Amino acid sequence: MTSLGFSLAQARLAFAGQWLFDGLTVEFAPGSWTGLLGRSGSGKSSLLRMIADLPLPDTHELTLTTDDARPLTGRLAWMAQQDQLLPWRTVVDNVLLGPALRGRPSPADRQRAFSLLDDVGLADKARDWPKTLSGGQRQRVALARTLFEDAPVVLMDEPFSAVDAITRLELHELAARLLAGRTVILVTHDPLEALRLSDRILILAGQPATLSDFDVPPGQRPRALEAPDMLRLQPRLVARLHAPLTAGSQA
Amino acid sequence: MTLLKRLWPAMLGLVALLGLWQGLVVATGVPGYVLPSPLAVVQALATHHQLLWHHTGITVIEIVAGLLIGCLSGLLTALALARFHGLRRTLLPILLISQAIPLFALAPILMLWLGYGMTAKIVMATLIIYFPVASTCYDGLRQTPQGWLDLAQTLGADRRRRLLRIQLPAALPALASGMRMAASAAPIGAVIGEWVGSSQGLGYLMLNANARMQVDLMFAALLILVTFGVALYFAMDALMRHLMPWHEDRTGTQG
Repeated sequence: MTSLGFSLAQARLAFAGQWLFDGLTVEFAPGSWTGLLGRSGSGKSSLLRMIADLPLPDTHELTLTTDDARPLTGRLAWMAQQDQLLPWRTVVDNVLLGPALRGRPSPADRQRAFSLLDDVGLADKARDWPKTLSGGQRQRVALARTLFEDAPVVLMDEPFSAVDAITRLELHELAARLLAGRTVILVTHDPLEALRLSDRILILAGQPATLSDFDVPPGQRPRALEAPDMLRLQPRLVARLHAPLTAGSQA
Repeated sequence: MTLLKRLWPAMLGLVALLGLWQGLVVATGVPGYVLPSPLAVVQALATHHQLLWHHTGITVIEIVAGLLIGCLSGLLTALALARFHGLRRTLLPILLISQAIPLFALAPILMLWLGYGMTAKIVMATLIIYFPVASTCYDGLRQTPQGWLDLAQTLGADRRRRLLRIQLPAALPALASGMRMAASAAPIGAVIGEWVGSSQGLGYLMLNANARMQVDLMFAALLILVTFGVALYFAMDALMRHLMPWHEDRTGTQG
């Protein structure tokens, strides 16, 4: 798998007869991790769905250009807030969902699924039903399923928000290690998560919303909680997320 | 939790009801040709066991055949509706209209067309369950959680595989309630068919026994029908559980 960058232009989304955002332009560098933040209703999850070409109830447009000018279809993996494990498939069969939906998984596919489960530390759970797993374990299976696709672009919509804080920190480590080299867009509500995992933080805010950069701490992801600037930047990021609404109500 | 432990309150209620029935018959001295006592029914069951056995066989075949055909065709209809958009506008209104036809009124026509044999009864049982199965299954197929559909799309699933590997298994719990309902409705269809015109079957036997004031025999036939209906329901329930070992059972030990 080679890294793949892409850019968006003329991204716009209508909500209730108004443009939530219009004419958004942004570039995602190959292999970079972008944390996309914004308040609820800012349209950040919708933007992610637009990139993934998933259905949306509202009018939307987007011009997406990849670095190699070929379509992104089939080269992106999607990780949602819920793990979306299918309860009627065993853990390993959930990892194999991609090949099962495109045809029939080969023995080599199964081998790879087992080794990916080993990578996420769930080799002994491979033949269990998802209902027997904890929230953190389920999300790790979802991670293995995402990894199986070996896609250069990974879109994550609050993937770690449904687990407890400690499990979330562990999942950060795991995701950062296993998804290295991929172009990742991580929509999140959690400032700490964005600061730990992003090479670049974008905030979607305003009316209509625009994207603005926020400085990330130095160092490699996943940054340790006590890494320099982590503690200093966190309240500032929170303040930035607050700001647009205050400004809007004063205007 | 053992089966016995789960069943004993229901058993207790049943025994109490039977006791009340027997008491009522003894206390009021109502004649046996109006309301036979439970003991008389059991006696009739023993006396006429050959006759009852023969007619039970006929009715059971009708019910099971109707159930199989009705469930299968209902399921296939739902799958076709979910798979082919164009079909919905044509088929859905027809299905709705067909549901408004009182089946009882249709029974004499079915006799006219298909004769007094088993076929008419099987068709009757099929018809009575076809629409409920088709509609619950179709509803189930349409209510796949969006997250799974998103996942299927990003994983590059085609429509057929998405239907069979995501939507259909996701609809199984809904489908199962449709099937359970079908198991309790199919006997009604068969018996209606037998009432309207037949020379065999428990419905025929009941009608005949009633006309001849053999109310104890009628109750015996009814008892068999009820027992078989309950057994069919639980068999269907067990089959559905077997098909869904992954399904969270609300009465289970978890959480």
